[in-house]
Amino acid sequence: MSADNALKVQMYREMVLGRLFELRAEQLAHRGLVAGSIHLGIGEEATQVGACRALAPQDYLVPTHRTHVADLVKGADPGRLMAEIIGRAAGYCGGRAGSSHFADAATRNLGVQGIIGAVFPVATGAALAQKRLNSGCIVLAFFGDGASNQGTFHEAMNLSALWKLPIVWVCDNNQYGMGTRFDKTSAVANVADRACAYAMPGCIVDGNDVLAVYEAAWEARERALAGYGPTLIECKTYRHRGHSTFDKNTYRTQEEINAWMKRDPIALFENVLRGDGLLTDDLVTRIADDAGRAIDAAEAFAVQSPEPAPAAVMEKVFCPSEVK
Amino acid sequence: MATRELTYREALCEALREELIRDERVFLIGEDIYGGPGGYGGAFKVTKGLTEEFGDRLLDTPIMEQTILGASIGAAMCGLRPVAEIMYEDFLALGMDMLVNTAAKTYFLTGGQYHVPMVVRAPCGALGIGPQHSQVFTSWFMHVPGLYVAFPSTPADAKGLLKTAIRDPNPVIFLEHKKLYNVKGEVPDGEVLIPLGQARIACPGKDVTVVAAGYMAHLAVQVAAELARQDLAVEVIDPRTLTPLDMETILASVRKTHKVAVVAEDTRRAGPTAEIAASITEACFEYLDAPIARVGAKDSFIAHNVGMSDYVVPGAAQIEAAIRQVADWA
Repeated sequence: MSADNALKVQMYREMVLGRLFELRAEQLAHRGLVAGSIHLGIGEEATQVGACRALAPQDYLVPTHRTHVADLVKGADPGRLMAEIIGRAAGYCGGRAGSSHFADAATRNLGVQGIIGAVFPVATGAALAQKRLNSGCIVLAFFGDGASNQGTFHEAMNLSALWKLPIVWVCDNNQYGMGTRFDKTSAVANVADRACAYAMPGCIVDGNDVLAVYEAAWEARERALAGYGPTLIECKTYRHRGHSTFDKNTYRTQEEINAWMKRDPIALFENVLRGDGLLTDDLVTRIADDAGRAIDAAEAFAVQSPEPAPAAVMEKVFCPSEVK
Repeated sequence: MATRELTYREALCEALREELIRDERVFLIGEDIYGGPGGYGGAFKVTKGLTEEFGDRLLDTPIMEQTILGASIGAAMCGLRPVAEIMYEDFLALGMDMLVNTAAKTYFLTGGQYHVPMVVRAPCGALGIGPQHSQVFTSWFMHVPGLYVAFPSTPADAKGLLKTAIRDPNPVIFLEHKKLYNVKGEVPDGEVLIPLGQARIACPGKDVTVVAAGYMAHLAVQVAAELARQDLAVEVIDPRTLTPLDMETILASVRKTHKVAVVAEDTRRAGPTAEIAASITEACFEYLDAPIARVGAKDSFIAHNVGMSDYVVPGAAQIEAAIRQVADWA
């Protein structure tokens, strides 16, 4: 199904907000507020917003370390997400998780699997639960091109197709696993080419075209709900930044980066919406201002949140037993 | 209380059956656990008969240990209660990432937003099936915060611990010793629930304390019976779960006997006996009248040949020698 006009503008807003969120998180990292690093999906907003907007609120999301924008679309509060990224007590996981392990149960965000490839079995199990519970919900799991070479990919693709589980596999193919280009690690040109080995539909979409991603994800969700099982959607996109905030971004040519910057998903979508008469200069400014204020508030909330007490790390190692 | 005699295998099957009836969220998942006409019912037949009664609540999977475990985690996070069977404990190595990085850490990492109520049943121990189908790895899992480790030695404990493990909100590694499957014992009628972290005095005695779980506890009780005839009163403490570990019961025994042997089938070096012996020494060194003896597998592998296997894995003779060593300490 194609997005209606209101949804199109909403997706544009979410892409802008997501971009500003990540730019701010990057600043906080450079200011030394983030222990370790974060993995930014700047340039991949269309993939994340398009796929997540195809979900119903009760559907489950399995994000990755690079899908902060998807987390926000699913409903995460930017302030609490920012607080988690900088390891504060008010973060979603109390500062235990950071960006690479973030989860938000209230919005049915099952959390990042920090081990690349662990997403496949866990997401399969979440989909198995939906099928067994006859919940009418699906699971959408993101993974990167790099993850698709793990052995777990094979196990989970096979099982999810064999059992016709309600899951949409979305490969956020940004062409690089850390500093290594996909064609140096994969015997096939496209991740979606592998779908046929699992009797599963695989499709390649322009990951910088939010409407194309939305339509593909919508169709895959419908298919999953109808009991036909999983779909593998490969979104071809590009990260403007390096792998993480530690990354000096030296393994890609400036030409290549520039070519992709010209296909910035937000600029592309803005042009489409202006052409459709859905965006005006005024509205673009207002959306940017609104997003800026929201991100200022998120940052203020995060940096004002206290550090967790070090000894709190001893809590929640085991869940209290319900056994009487 | 009235009891019935069941084998360890029957007791485990009964626990699964009762929990499947009690809680519709419970399901079983594993390779060849299907027990319908011509089906295996598990490599060691523990789930035999359950398919007829519970149908698709037993899920036969492809060979994919990582995804059996990972899918159990995902299903548990979404409200179900999976009981996974991994055919041999050795194969848990294939799924260590799922257990160590995901199952163990999810409750902690998410700040308590998600928990992982799953049980991983894993047959273990030497039975002449060669080096990759015979090992016992309790210390691997004892080493990881966030995982419970159960290792019953009797049919009653097998039933009671498995039922408790299924109801527990945490991931539980549930070790079953292959040599115990046909061992019979009295199992109480009615509801049997044994708390995790509560040791059992398998045999009371005042002279020497032996700490042993699983098949080693079963052997230690036999050795204790033999030594009782020689006027040596051995107290066998079966911790039943290695995590949580009931040090209180172990220490109470040590304060009484002053002499201890710790036994486990794992490789002795860096095995569970090291942890238990060190914990005893830290807590009540002044009570000890002899250095703690440790019994475990030698630093080699469990060969297919029975003589070679018995050379590596501890048996009754090694347990008795260790007890004698501490008992005779001047």
